[in-house]
Amino acid sequence: MHFDEIVARLRERFGDLVGEADEPDPARPSLLPGVFVRADSVTDVCRFLHDEPAMAFEHLSCITGTDFKDSIHLAYVMTSYVHRQVIALKVKLDRDDPSIRTVEEIWATANWNEREIYDLLGVYFEGHSDLRRLLMPDDWVGHPLRKDYQEQPDYHEIPTTRENPLGKY
Amino acid sequence: MVEEMNSPRVIEAGLEGGPGQGAVLWGKASYLLNLSRKHSLWYLLFATACCGIEMMQTGGPRTDLDRFGMVFRASPRQSDLMLVAGTITYKMADRVKLLYDQMAEPKYVIAMGSCASCGGLFQKSYSVLKGVDLIVPVDLYLPGCPPRPEALNDAMMKMQDIILSEDWRRKMTEKTEPRPQMGRGGILKRA
Ligand code: SF4
Repeated sequence: MHFDEIVARLRERFGDLVGEADEPDPARPSLLPGVFVRADSVTDVCRFLHDEPAMAFEHLSCITGTDFKDSIHLAYVMTSYVHRQVIALKVKLDRDDPSIRTVEEIWATANWNEREIYDLLGVYFEGHSDLRRLLMPDDWVGHPLRKDYQEQPDYHEIPTTRENPLGKY
Repeated sequence: MVEEMNSPRVIEAGLEGGPGQGAVLWGKASYLLNLSRKHSLWYLLFATACCGIEMMQTGGPRTDLDRFGMVFRASPRQSDLMLVAGTITYKMADRVKLLYDQMAEPKYVIAMGSCASCGGLFQKSYSVLKGVDLIVPVDLYLPGCPPRPEALNDAMMKMQDIILSEDWRRKMTEKTEPRPQMGRGGILKRA
């Protein structure tokens, strides 16, 4: 099944909830082909993509998050081994209070992916079974991949910077 | 028969007694103690990243740390030397300090590789500790990314020189101040 067909199936099934699609474009190899969906519908769409035999996206490769300054984008990259197909579902979230339903019940691997995004971007995943920081210590201040992140000068009395010995030259 | 031991740092040490008489090894107490110390450096396995691979290789048959009397221990309580081989994140930093505090004196630390020495290529990273000397006292820095097994081998020999050259009581009398309050996450808290 081609990218266009998948998007067409999604539009047919979910109507308005499905937004614009980033078509695969040889001129923009860095663009992840995917389709935007409304944030509140993400579990339904994922469930459909996972369960429907014609789609059978049984593997969640990763969830990535990006801070675009006006909003936070998440991309759920999923793979179908049966149909040899990769697709990304993209979601725009409000930057001030980013929150979305977890997809942990669909793919258990989302547990750590979502913890990572919570840690680095501060997105809250409703219904997540264990939403703790993953990479940073539990009592870290701030979310490092936010564009306006300000690093604290020290952590547990350990300075977070080191003087450059070459700086004086 | 008196033989001066062939080392510039040794002032008085020697072997007396001929064949059939038994033999006496004599020398300064600090020298003899340090001599035994430097030949039984048990090191704590502390491989947190790519440098760890080189450390394993150094323990392997080609460079063979065993010939210095160095064997790796999986427990800090049996170790004399902490070989920090790899990137230390802030999450790990508290654990490093905890492991260091569990080691018995005299104890030594080698910061292996750029990451452990100063943060290395993660200098601007949000999650990496910029040098392990910010949390524990470091005796020897080993540059490289990663240092080759030969380099680590050389560092071990330098470490032995350091041990031999110091007063045998120095490490025991030195006070290491415990850092206050280790934070949440199951880490021990100190008063
Ligand atoms: S110094 Fe280089 S080889 Fe060693 S842990 Fe850091 S990145 Fe890896």
